[in-house]
Amino acid sequence: MKPKAWTEKFMQGVFFIAACASVLAVALICIFLFANGIPAIREIGFLDFITGQEWRPNSGQFGIFPMIVGSLYVTAGAIIFGVPIGILTSVFMAMYCPKKIYKPLKAATELLAGIPSVIYGFFGLVVVVPLIREFGTALYRAGIVKNPGNGNSILTASLILGMMILPTIIGTTESAMRAVPSHYYEGSLALGATKERSIFRVIIPAAKSGVIAGIVLGIGRAIGETMAVIMIVGNQARLTSSMLEGIRTLTGNIVIEMGYATGLHREALIATGVVLFVFILIINFSVALLKRGADHE
Amino acid sequence: MSNKTTIGDKLRTYLKHPGSFIVMLLVMLAAVITFAVLIFLIAYILINGLPHITPSLFSLEYSSENASVVPAFVNTIIMTLLSLLIAVPFGIFSAVFLVEYAARGNKFIEVIRLTTETLSGIPSIVYGLFGMLFFVNALDWGFSLLAGAFTMAIMILPLIMRTTEEALKAVPDSYREGSFGLGAGKLRTVFRIVLPSAIPGVLAGVILAIGRIVGETAALMYTSGTVAQIPDSIMGSGRTLALHMYNLSSEGLYMDQAYATAVILLVLVVGINALSSVIARKLTKA
Repeated sequence: MKPKAWTEKFMQGVFFIAACASVLAVALICIFLFANGIPAIREIGFLDFITGQEWRPNSGQFGIFPMIVGSLYVTAGAIIFGVPIGILTSVFMAMYCPKKIYKPLKAATELLAGIPSVIYGFFGLVVVVPLIREFGTALYRAGIVKNPGNGNSILTASLILGMMILPTIIGTTESAMRAVPSHYYEGSLALGATKERSIFRVIIPAAKSGVIAGIVLGIGRAIGETMAVIMIVGNQARLTSSMLEGIRTLTGNIVIEMGYATGLHREALIATGVVLFVFILIINFSVALLKRGADHE
Repeated sequence: MSNKTTIGDKLRTYLKHPGSFIVMLLVMLAAVITFAVLIFLIAYILINGLPHITPSLFSLEYSSENASVVPAFVNTIIMTLLSLLIAVPFGIFSAVFLVEYAARGNKFIEVIRLTTETLSGIPSIVYGLFGMLFFVNALDWGFSLLAGAFTMAIMILPLIMRTTEEALKAVPDSYREGSFGLGAGKLRTVFRIVLPSAIPGVLAGVILAIGRIVGETAALMYTSGTVAQIPDSIMGSGRTLALHMYNLSSEGLYMDQAYATAVILLVLVVGINALSSVIARKLTKA
């Protein structure tokens, strides 16, 4: 073999090995999380762990049901605030936005995605928490709620998370809407439908897969968000039905207690991470399926 | 200009279809809310933070009196450089493999695609947990900048791979054919022709990755640790700017400094992202 041909082969091998890095990383992440988390789940008992309502590490009770519910609450809240505003904003970006201001606005949505979560958390802490505290007090005085809460609440976290998932939803929905052939829209207009009717009855249904993929991606981002949430959600590990009270999420459970946990407590926290990871894998898998659906349309 | 509708025409249509008018108002309202919230967030932090940026915030040594950002800033730079040093070669080389070497329809490509998509969807706290279990405990590096950097490197790998891949795909095939036609080998073509023309795209991705490293907290808390000093070596623990800011605001004793640090962090990240999009725009123009 000529030396040149040898280098060609060698470098091809190097590129191949580099390409294996991501596969190796995913494999290592799975192995280490599951190997460290599953023994704890086995020791606590799968059902006791998932459906147990008491989280008392000192007395050996490790039920993460309140945290699962907490994660679902704040994620649902984020969807309620983020999805309507996100979809309507992407309608504006795709159909209404004057060309002159499109570029700065597009850059602004990208900026929204780039702001670190700790800044969102800080903003929530100094602006939204006091607002919600006053809102809660007002409701309490009016006799609508029994507990005014202290501002660190499900509602606060939902608002901030709703803000944080906006760029994800705007980005995917806008590009899905732009991918709809323009003759759909023109045909609808020609039949006498108004612009709004054409958008909401023709374009959005045609872009459905992309829009749903965006929402699911947003769910993934909301459920996995950590720092912004723990700064504003109160982190009480118990069930509550009031939007004005605090709760703890799966992510928060890990960060708050990992610093001092030992033994089974520590393993239970890693197992919490495993549960979160499984949630995320399911969400990623659905996004992949939805994207495939969008490509086939 | 017969197809151009006047405002009068629009109003007449909306009078006939009040439902459409309400929908239009909702769309406008949503857009205003989105951008007003962003402007409010940035303005609020700048207005409240700028007055607290004082000389003592930039003391070379951190102490409990000054809550200096300098050590955290230096740690952030070290962390960024280390992570890039690890992730960039891997990211670029795997993109080269995917675009230039792997045969189309290869099953292995599907596997790599799937794993990179999985990686980009994993939340940072899971990376943090993995980093703690693998680099800190299993490899016994302890809380250290190196453990943090490796964790961050895995986290930014999919980003660098994807942007590089797109940049490589945008290089016209005629470049490659021309290079082959002149007798250059595959390797020479990749390094002398394809990669140089893809540099702006790669750079935009790398800068975006820097933005993510600078803003990251959850993945670093239990890998690089939270010591507020510059460590003696990369095997020592040190907190980055974002983590520093989290600690300041959660301790509650340094709210003024937290505001000031928020300004620095925000300006840094916004600047980095702007730089990335400027470079990316240059690419699309060229």
